[in-house]
Amino acid sequence: MCLGVPGKVVSVDGQVALVDFFGVRRETRLDVIDEAVGPGDYVLNHVGFAIRKIPAGDIQETLSLYEILLREAGGDMMADDVRGEIEASRDAAPEEAARA
Amino acid sequence: MPETLARDDVYELKFRDPVKARALTAAIERVLDEIGRDRVSVMHVCGSHEQSIAKFGLRSALPRRLSVIMGPGCPVCVTDMPEVDEAVALALDGKIVATYGDMLKVPGTAMSLAEAEAQGGRVEVVYSASQAIDLARGTDEEVVFFASGFETTAVATAAVVLQEDMPANFSVLSAHKYIPPVMEIVAEMPGTNVEGFLAAGHAATITGSAIFERFVERHGIPVVVAGFEPLDILAGLLKLVELIRDGSAEVANTFPRCVTAEGNRVAQERLWRVFRATGGNWRGIAHVPNGNLRLRDEFAELDARLRFDIDLKPLWGHAPHKLLQSCICGDIMAGVAAPSDCDLFGNECLPGNPVGACMVSNEGTCKIWHQYGGHPEL
Repeated sequence: MCLGVPGKVVSVDGQVALVDFFGVRRETRLDVIDEAVGPGDYVLNHVGFAIRKIPAGDIQETLSLYEILLREAGGDMMADDVRGEIEASRDAAPEEAARA
Repeated sequence: MPETLARDDVYELKFRDPVKARALTAAIERVLDEIGRDRVSVMHVCGSHEQSIAKFGLRSALPRRLSVIMGPGCPVCVTDMPEVDEAVALALDGKIVATYGDMLKVPGTAMSLAEAEAQGGRVEVVYSASQAIDLARGTDEEVVFFASGFETTAVATAAVVLQEDMPANFSVLSAHKYIPPVMEIVAEMPGTNVEGFLAAGHAATITGSAIFERFVERHGIPVVVAGFEPLDILAGLLKLVELIRDGSAEVANTFPRCVTAEGNRVAQERLWRVFRATGGNWRGIAHVPNGNLRLRDEFAELDARLRFDIDLKPLWGHAPHKLLQSCICGDIMAGVAAPSDCDLFGNECLPGNPVGACMVSNEGTCKIWHQYGGHPEL
């Protein structure tokens, strides 16, 4: 639950960002992040909210653990927790997804 | 080992950079030599740390003299029975109780939420507070979000509570917990012998590492903030044993790519605008002063405890599950016992049919050890 999940911001509309999580696009809220984010930035997300902008130099390091975890089948609890974190963000509205 | 993963991947996963990993464990070994004692015990307080330690086999790579104990780092596990009872009573009373999946099988006094659902109670699994709001928007019936999790998760609940156009049929039953106070309780427990704490990187993303300064001053033991990758954990442990060797009670941050001293102030402001810290029981641990997060008076209308007259008496006529009386979850979370010390572990108590809360949650020590295998010498 405290692992969170990193994702890449695709677009921002007010307090909502469309975020790409390893190929899955979903909407994440920006209410509690302490820096402005824009397309191309990476954010760490927890239960549907971005909680931290990942510094540019640290992105690859942060992504690698998750990439490896997501190759695991269901039933692996770390992989399941990461998938759950992706589920916690909302399905993007159809037009948003199309535009992106 | 999952078949989907090739051996090379596992090797990459386990050590990412095997040279670095070996250098770190060798350095830890040297520092332990310098300390010169048979046993040095440190505690982490995060289910994700335990998952990573167990999954990547870190305990077997570490010197046996170093005991890395999981403390009360599973918010689902420390949710007290009467808190579960409140959710069960609401579900049986016809309210729709929305909660995180991990909460379903957590035992209450008479039953879990899953058992309440089997008896006709209304329970919905959500991944986020926002999904609970969506549920409320789609119905006229009362939707109660039974919210669990530490401060990182409570921030999300706070943000949702502060959103405008809240549906009138939505309320929150908060079982949120706040980690810093329980570290004080565990540090003072007789028999714990914890000489240092590894703090969870992502919780500290919110609170900042400076939150631990007062703890360090008061208890004279170091705290190191660490990330979740195997190498992050090893680096955090090395810093921790160095501080123990030097007798330096200080806060160190080995996860600067996510954690700053002051933390995320926007999130903190939201958190404390919505919640206040108050004393309460943590299951199996103790009464923890300031360990529970409850809605402030300004949000009384959204507080399920105030909105509904929750009657627990019918539930308290039942004796708790017989096996539950021999469950040692509390001792495990306090760091004085390991899952392998429990007679029920892997026998009567299994992930599919858990007796205690530590076998329920993905962050529970027993479930993690059951999936990835523990280290009996712990």
